[in-house]
Amino acid sequence: MKESKKQPVMMTGSQAVMESLLNEGVDLMFGYPGGAIMPVYDALYSIQDKLHHVLVRHEQGAVHAAQGYARVTGKVGVCLVTSGPGATNTVTGIADADIDSTPVVVISGQVGSSLLGSDAFQETDIVGITQPVTKWNYQITRAEEIPRAIARAFYIAKSGRPGPVLLDITKDAQFGMLEYTYEPVTSIRSYTPCPPVEPAQIEEASKLINLAKKPMALVGQGVLIAGAEKELLEFLEKTDIPAAQTLLGQSALPSDHRLSIGRLGMHGNYGPNIKTNDCDLIIALGMRFDDRVTADTKNYAIKAKIIHMDIDPAEINKIIHADAPVLGNLKDSLPMLTARVNKNDHSEWLEEFRACDRIENERLIKRELFPEKPELKVAEVVRRVSEAYNDDAIMVTDVGQHQMTAWRYFRFKRSRSVVTSGGLGTMGFGLPASIGAKLGKPDRPVCLFVGDGGFQMTIQELGTINQSKVPVKIILINNNFLGMVRQWQELFFDYRYASTELINPDFQTIARGYNIPAIKVTERKNLDKAIEKMVNSEGPFLLEVAVEKEGNVFPMVPAGASVADIRLE
Amino acid sequence: MIKQEFTITIFSENRIGILNQIVSVFTRRHINIESLTSSESAIEGIHKLTIVVFSNREEVEILARQIEKSIDVLKAYSFSHDEIVYQEIALYKVPTAKLFKGNEIEKLVRRYGARILEMTADYTIIEKTGHKGETQELFDKLDPYGVTQFTRSGRVAINKMKKEPLIDYLKNLAKNGLNTNIQ
Ligand SMILES: Cc1ncc(C[n+]2csc(CCOP(=O)(O)OP(=O)(O)O)c2C)c(N)n1
Repeated sequence: MKESKKQPVMMTGSQAVMESLLNEGVDLMFGYPGGAIMPVYDALYSIQDKLHHVLVRHEQGAVHAAQGYARVTGKVGVCLVTSGPGATNTVTGIADADIDSTPVVVISGQVGSSLLGSDAFQETDIVGITQPVTKWNYQITRAEEIPRAIARAFYIAKSGRPGPVLLDITKDAQFGMLEYTYEPVTSIRSYTPCPPVEPAQIEEASKLINLAKKPMALVGQGVLIAGAEKELLEFLEKTDIPAAQTLLGQSALPSDHRLSIGRLGMHGNYGPNIKTNDCDLIIALGMRFDDRVTADTKNYAIKAKIIHMDIDPAEINKIIHADAPVLGNLKDSLPMLTARVNKNDHSEWLEEFRACDRIENERLIKRELFPEKPELKVAEVVRRVSEAYNDDAIMVTDVGQHQMTAWRYFRFKRSRSVVTSGGLGTMGFGLPASIGAKLGKPDRPVCLFVGDGGFQMTIQELGTINQSKVPVKIILINNNFLGMVRQWQELFFDYRYASTELINPDFQTIARGYNIPAIKVTERKNLDKAIEKMVNSEGPFLLEVAVEKEGNVFPMVPAGASVADIRLE
Repeated sequence: MIKQEFTITIFSENRIGILNQIVSVFTRRHINIESLTSSESAIEGIHKLTIVVFSNREEVEILARQIEKSIDVLKAYSFSHDEIVYQEIALYKVPTAKLFKGNEIEKLVRRYGARILEMTADYTIIEKTGHKGETQELFDKLDPYGVTQFTRSGRVAINKMKKEPLIDYLKNLAKNGLNTNIQ
């Protein structure tokens, strides 16, 4: 953050928006102009060298791109949109950022304050609409409110449990004059972003840990948000506790770490799911017991005591009763806990997970990675791509079968390497999010896995990739089906494929139309060469892989079942 | 789990949209609000809302934490009915003429600890404070004499704790050098 200017300067509200963003250290934003935000775009025009604006093709894409940027950098993603349809187009992205705790600030234009409530042209009550899906939102009707509101917006978006903030600025506030000074916000009396860690809670938790024979840690995105990866490793290595990761917690510890026992949830790994009902202690770290993780809560962790460590008091006891809650930032609480717990050896217990891994490997993974049939499988594509990038790329996904498979078979060395829509499961998230991720981490390769269904939900962002020259690598998994829904139809609706088959356009032609080199692979023998071509390409690239049409993602915990009922086939 | 009446008191900034934020916590979970009052609290600049719902202890605690997530909410506390002292107020309008046909209405007013608030040639307004059951009972008794309007307020409540817990919250902020002013 830059030093706040002490001498007031006269300027317009629009200029104050730009100055405030610069004061917050913003150098990149995503947006789409229109009538009610034109004064702000005009102010942007003169500072484009300092504040780069990426013109997207749809406002939903602007928010997903900002999310991708935020997820890989930990910084706040920023969007700029117009009123009415521009603002309502952001709602899906905002809801996605809300449920996945992603810091995003959306600035929308609004009609003049004298017209508010009158059904004026392109007026919508975007503050009302986004109220349930924002961490905070606010309508600015006077120019002099702008610096303060933006300072609050950034403080709220990034502090504590992060989330999206929407600021709606009326046109007269954009035009109005103010004396500009900038003061960052550092506290708000009605907001406790981070409850201080209570030593008594640490004491209670450490007792349970020291007594446990079969403890299991559940690593959520909270670890990444807190930047507590190192603290996590120190805790795990001292206690020798096996750790499973949630979808968004993935990459908090390296995939090949001795204590990593894989993934939690409906399509996670065999071991961490069935062992949930065998373990005697669960240590939940910055995760929220989503129903995709717990399955039937009545038959979840039936023998275990629960330690729940989280920054958000509203998560404690929300889904699963915590025997020992530990509130606070994991960056503070984990070292305190590590200091209190005994050094331990759980190698026998860890071996039980390895045994599960062998079962999963024998019965499932082998046939996924080395299929006997000629049709290509998603898993083998994912693994080859991961290896081609030395298991060190950023993986972005869309939503569906390919998402679960990419998550299962991609490997990670570094933190903040997964960008996916977890809580909302938003198809169309992937392509724009990959743009934001690449612009956030230009030095790292960004691989997007996307299905033929979800690709077409935000396919217009290929235009953004073309215009802004964003070198993302798109791996299009084409099965001519809305695969995940088809899988459920096959398993639970007796193969009644209602509206899940897709007749697709020629994606190769489409990519070329956008100036993006593309290749299509239909046979296994051509896969490696094509991947090599993608890896060696400088700019964006579309690798389309025609995979088996009716493949299924396993393991699977059927809806309504217990985690222990996970099916391998 | 059996449901009983709980009173949630919420202290918030007096901002546009705050009611919407609070109410949506209930709407999302499909919980009906039995009554709601909102006005400035004893602490200058801080607003107080009192909401009554049928629920259970676990659920109201979850609700209170969800409400506190709202940036402009300082604190939310939940109480079962024996943890608070509370009142509601009811107003009844009866034709004045009915009052003069025997002294039944006057007797009722006295027996129920109500009072006559205003009397004109046309109508008389009776006021009673009490719990809902009590104000309802008086209504049932008055109604045969022709109540033309009847209205009941939401709840005002004071908890039985030694001190208002919000004061400690604010003191704690001050102790930790944090902002205690409205921003
Ligand atoms: C916006 C949106 N609409 C609908 C869904 C429901 N849905 C979940 S997965 C899926 C199918 C995805 O198909 P595709 O993109 O081809 O990926 P695949 O599952 O085949 O890998 C659908 C329709 C959703 N998650 N998001």
